[in-house]
Amino acid sequence: MDIRSAAIDLGLISPEIIILASAMVVLLLGTVLKSRGLMAFLSLLGLVVGLVLVLQQWSQPQSGYYGMVLKDNFSVFFSVVFIMTAIITLLMARDYLIAKHIDRHEFYTLLMFSTVGMMLMAGSTDLVVIFLGLEIMSVPLYVMAGMNKIDPKSNESGIKYFMIGAFASSFLVFGIALLYGASGTTDLRRIMADFSFLKMQSELLLYSGALLVMTGFAFKVAAVPFHMWVPDVYEGAPTPVTGFFSVGPKAAGFAALLRICVYGFSGMAELTAVFWLLAVLTMVVGNVLAIFQNNIKRMLAYSSIAHAGYILVALTAGGEGAVSSAVYYLLAYMFFNLGGFTIVTIIDSRTGSNSQIDEIKGLAGRHPYLASLLALFMFALAGFPPTAGFMGKFYIFSEAVRNGFVWLTVIAVMNSLVSVFYYLRVVVAAFFGKPDQEFSPVSFSPALFIALLVTAVGTLALGCFPGYWLELSQMSMFPII
Amino acid sequence: MASYAAVLIFLLLGIGLVLVTFFTARLIRPSNPYKEKNQTYECGERPFGDSWVQFNNRFYIFALLFVIFDVEVVFLFPWAVAFNQLGLFALIEMVIFIVILVFGLVYAWKKGVLKWV
Repeated sequence: MDIRSAAIDLGLISPEIIILASAMVVLLLGTVLKSRGLMAFLSLLGLVVGLVLVLQQWSQPQSGYYGMVLKDNFSVFFSVVFIMTAIITLLMARDYLIAKHIDRHEFYTLLMFSTVGMMLMAGSTDLVVIFLGLEIMSVPLYVMAGMNKIDPKSNESGIKYFMIGAFASSFLVFGIALLYGASGTTDLRRIMADFSFLKMQSELLLYSGALLVMTGFAFKVAAVPFHMWVPDVYEGAPTPVTGFFSVGPKAAGFAALLRICVYGFSGMAELTAVFWLLAVLTMVVGNVLAIFQNNIKRMLAYSSIAHAGYILVALTAGGEGAVSSAVYYLLAYMFFNLGGFTIVTIIDSRTGSNSQIDEIKGLAGRHPYLASLLALFMFALAGFPPTAGFMGKFYIFSEAVRNGFVWLTVIAVMNSLVSVFYYLRVVVAAFFGKPDQEFSPVSFSPALFIALLVTAVGTLALGCFPGYWLELSQMSMFPII
Repeated sequence: MASYAAVLIFLLLGIGLVLVTFFTARLIRPSNPYKEKNQTYECGERPFGDSWVQFNNRFYIFALLFVIFDVEVVFLFPWAVAFNQLGLFALIEMVIFIVILVFGLVYAWKKGVLKWV
């Protein structure tokens, strides 16, 4: 075994290295220099360079580190989603952090560390590396949730997220241990290759391992009944961080789950029933509870649970088409959910804001463009054409029907109808609500403008011209190397 | 299923063995407690006070920094054992690894957590 052959692989993880390096530079420079704007700029630079490097890896699948790191289209696609999420979060966070007096350079560092963890998660078929990525992703998130040290709610959010995260990780590790016990390997490709033999030999171990691993990820993607932490954590965390939570870790969890379920456990037909139940519960509970929320962050928290349910529908359906529809939906979800959170962040940046839906009243009178954008994102979340939300749902539901899950699709469509109510409530408040007092104006910066522009264009582009993006998501199906 | 019966028997046997040894030891050992014997053992130091006191939570950050470098040594050992076979490349890798950890230490230092005020 020649250890030097590993050196060639450095190019393989160059995006991760660049982002990690800039995170560490920002961490150290921030203690010396006082300019937080420079730190934000350096972080942005690191992320953009990382993004460019990731895009270079498109459609040339390679693997390295003895098969532990895999850079196929699937991982590149998800890496792009993660880095874009981080960039948009960074752009929208700046003004909020200043307004709340928590503009610390650690925020940018943690954001980048977390992004690297997500990229590792999506870029491996080895359970150990996936777990490592999950932890690198999660630990910075716990700190970010508790960033606002003087706010008790933020503290609560951080502690809660940490406890639940540790709890979920233990499920995952136990599951991985059982799978290793059953198969003697942690590589999903080898588990799949020997699947029928392993099933004969140690069925009980294999299935309990698979279920425990699924439970671990169900916590991470906030599927019901493992969702209880979501509303509190989302409400307490600083708003841009909440935006990051609702997209980044969720997409990473689904990336790993897709790989594991479609790759490793593709032989376990019985798991379909488990996914069916998870999907239905997640959609129903998420959508119904979202109706009763008066806090917009809690409402969006339940809405993110509901969206996890729609993606679980795709996982239930299984097969290549369904997986690519899930991938497409996650890309679309990133744009419109982050867009929505950008606007909530802008409104939350005003002093004394409590992120209640009533506080949006009168937005259209003062900021008509902002209100229209809010309407666009809410329509996309509800799944109206011609936005990305409609195409995403349409694609998932048609794949589910094609695979024979008619009832599941009926339930999903009905849920989608229910969701219209609470999304439109926000729009109605913004356009027709009578404010109790004059709507205090919000401040704008170029960074916020760019964040809104990117998310709005993405939402519309994925909705109006879905062909190109569908093709991309189909190309990102993982080829077996 | 039969293979799991062995696990169950092993489990019961394991628990039983512990109970039996403790019980027999209790039956046959001499019982002679005195004050010095009941003291907390602190590596030969004369113990003072109770261990149930409030700790300064500043210790926490030192403990955290200690753990990081403690774990680092675990990674250094296998490398040191196989140093001759691994050569220059592994040396550079190890230096990078330590530099990354030093980044954390420098950050903590700059933040002033090493200062005892």
